Amino acid sequence: MSLVSSPLLTVEHMTMRFGGLVAINDLSFVVNSGEITALIGPNGAGKTTVFNCITGFYKPTVGRLALRLGNGDFDGLVDEATAGADAVAGNADAMLYLLERMPDYEITQKARIARTFQNIRLFSGMTVLENLLVAQHNALNAASLYTFGGLFGIPSFKVAEKESIEKAKYWLERTGLIDRADDPAGDLSYGAQRRLEIARAMCTNPVLLCLDEPAAGLNPKESAELNALIRSIRDQHECSVMLIEHDMSVVMEISDHVVVLDYGTKIADGTPDEIKADPRVIAAYLGVADEEVDEVEAEVGL
Amino acid sequence: MAATSDDQPASFADNVKNALFWTAIAFGLFILLIGLKTDQQANSIVLEPRPMLLFGVLASVFIATLAGNMLISQRTSARLKPSSVAAGPSWLSRVEPVLKPFLLAFVLVFPFVSIALAGWQGSIKWIDNFGIQILIYVMLGWGLNVVVGLAGLLDLGYVAFYAVGAYSYALLATKFGLSFWILLPVAGILAAFWGIILGFPVLRLRGDYLAVVTLAFGEIIRLVLINWVDFSNGYAGISSIPRPTLFGIPFTSGDDGFAARFGLEPSGLYYKIFLFYLILFLALITAWVTTKLRRLPIGRAWEALREDEIACRALGINTTTTKLTAFAIGAMFGGFGGSFFAARQGFISPESFTFIESAQILAIVVLGGAGSLYGVVIAAVGIVGGFEILRELDFLKAVFGNDFDPAQYRALIFGLSMVVIMLWKPRGLVSSREPSVALKERKAISTDLVKEGHG
Repeated sequence: MSLVSSPLLTVEHMTMRFGGLVAINDLSFVVNSGEITALIGPNGAGKTTVFNCITGFYKPTVGRLALRLGNGDFDGLVDEATAGADAVAGNADAMLYLLERMPDYEITQKARIARTFQNIRLFSGMTVLENLLVAQHNALNAASLYTFGGLFGIPSFKVAEKESIEKAKYWLERTGLIDRADDPAGDLSYGAQRRLEIARAMCTNPVLLCLDEPAAGLNPKESAELNALIRSIRDQHECSVMLIEHDMSVVMEISDHVVVLDYGTKIADGTPDEIKADPRVIAAYLGVADEEVDEVEAEVGL
Repeated sequence: MAATSDDQPASFADNVKNALFWTAIAFGLFILLIGLKTDQQANSIVLEPRPMLLFGVLASVFIATLAGNMLISQRTSARLKPSSVAAGPSWLSRVEPVLKPFLLAFVLVFPFVSIALAGWQGSIKWIDNFGIQILIYVMLGWGLNVVVGLAGLLDLGYVAFYAVGAYSYALLATKFGLSFWILLPVAGILAAFWGIILGFPVLRLRGDYLAVVTLAFGEIIRLVLINWVDFSNGYAGISSIPRPTLFGIPFTSGDDGFAARFGLEPSGLYYKIFLFYLILFLALITAWVTTKLRRLPIGRAWEALREDEIACRALGINTTTTKLTAFAIGAMFGGFGGSFFAARQGFISPESFTFIESAQILAIVVLGGAGSLYGVVIAAVGIVGGFEILRELDFLKAVFGNDFDPAQYRALIFGLSMVVIMLWKPRGLVSSREPSVALKERKAISTDLVKEGHG
């Protein structure tokens, strides 16, 4: 794949403070396009805060988050955008978005980043199909000429609506929910709700899908299916994936690249095999015996 | 007793005990207030005991508490049993194909039926006090439904937009002599504009805070209308507001009037019938637009906003414009309703736009079932029609004596029925949600899953 290893999202020197608490401290990493990047770390390490900054729910206190859309030439665009007042620079072939300057909904709409939530956030009183149509709101709303055309049933809106239902059907089939299309989302089982949330995020047509603990609460079989789904999203839909996960069987099996956070600081960054062998990661996750503290600290450079 | 089975959360004996407890409290409260009455006789005050009245009050407290308790424990035990989610199409969607044409036909012939039944003079009351009055509230209920039912934004100041519509028509018609048909859309646009003005400051508010600010907004509009005398003529209001015409034919008794043109007996009834069809037309437009909107992206976005605002933002929906359109469209229908109200009354003053109006419209939406088209109709007929019916119950005078005026009990009956309905159907009369789109079949969604919105 030609896209592999070209950077899609670069996070530079991102710091997020809540009052006196430094949730994220000078974090820099790169998400390459066509890759699955995992963000791991112990509880409270600041992983979800990173997601919230990327998707615009929080504005980072310091830092630059640059997303590259297109296959063109991005040389100098980052500096051009940073110097300017706008959140965007470039042309149709190479668009660069500075996410820290954009409101949350524009990040999904224009920079095409979609996300799911740790505590599932579906529209529980709406049907599964409706959930997927809400995800296509911007395209559909434009096709309905911002309601005025849709009110009088213009044909182009009907076509657009049919297309979006087809797209929803495609994702329902991919996630095995097609038989539940007309059921309220709140009636689905936990695992099915997780899949629906992924399907809903994919209906926004993202280039980067951020999954916050997608395997939480799934049984081993469901986890394996999830792995297959995430891989196919990467391989078949030109969509890179970023995920927060505690289930190491998922992380090590599917990730191309792992970033490890501890207390808001990046302690490791590399391939799954490198991460598994990294003493700092082991120390952060498992801790070390009292007598070994000095030794390990010397080794990891603390 | 059948009610004393073990799986009941509260047994019958518990319920009786509880009812006795409240009766005892009522006894303590009322023994002096109701049990004794002071009568002035010549120079002295004598105490007159009223044991039977006291007993009657206590008995009704006992019965009402017991009935309430039984109802609640029955509901709780029903909830404990595994509930089956309504499968298949809802009863509403099954009866709708029959119900809709029937209801439409009924309202279309309503004026003529009432003329036939109540006579030429007697029918004015039915067409005006019942027909037009109910239809105004049905329309306002449908308009408010967009804001409260679909978008889940609790609006306690809806009457402000009704006032904006009414004053827009009244002022522009009296000052510039513009016709009703031009001013109707103008009033709607102005009300929508004020809906957006209200929307901006409350965008960041949720729940109770939102409700309080909308309440304040309603009061501000009313107080401005009272105090800005140069603009609105204050308490004195605006009188002799021109009547709407039928394609230029006025409803007057002159030679060019409606009756004379068509060679009919001069009568005020034609105007009432005209107004009836006018408000029916406006209400049907409201219904058509709101049902249509529900199935458009914007309507789905409103409902998604009610369900989960954060998820909406994560899906790229601009929640600001989505909320503002809900306020604007809800307000627009309030404005249409207001200009009709001004035209019908011929006189408006700030007295017509008090908080109690907002409360009544909101009560119609909530009792009917937020989001439901038919529920609002049922609730409007029940509440507005019920008030008017109370005036008609003269036969009760034969039972309770000549001083008895049932209309004085309207607030009591209104409150009681509200409590009963909320106990029996906490999410309103029609409490299921109809999906806006379906692959195979539309299944009603139980309101247990549908959120009420949080601001």
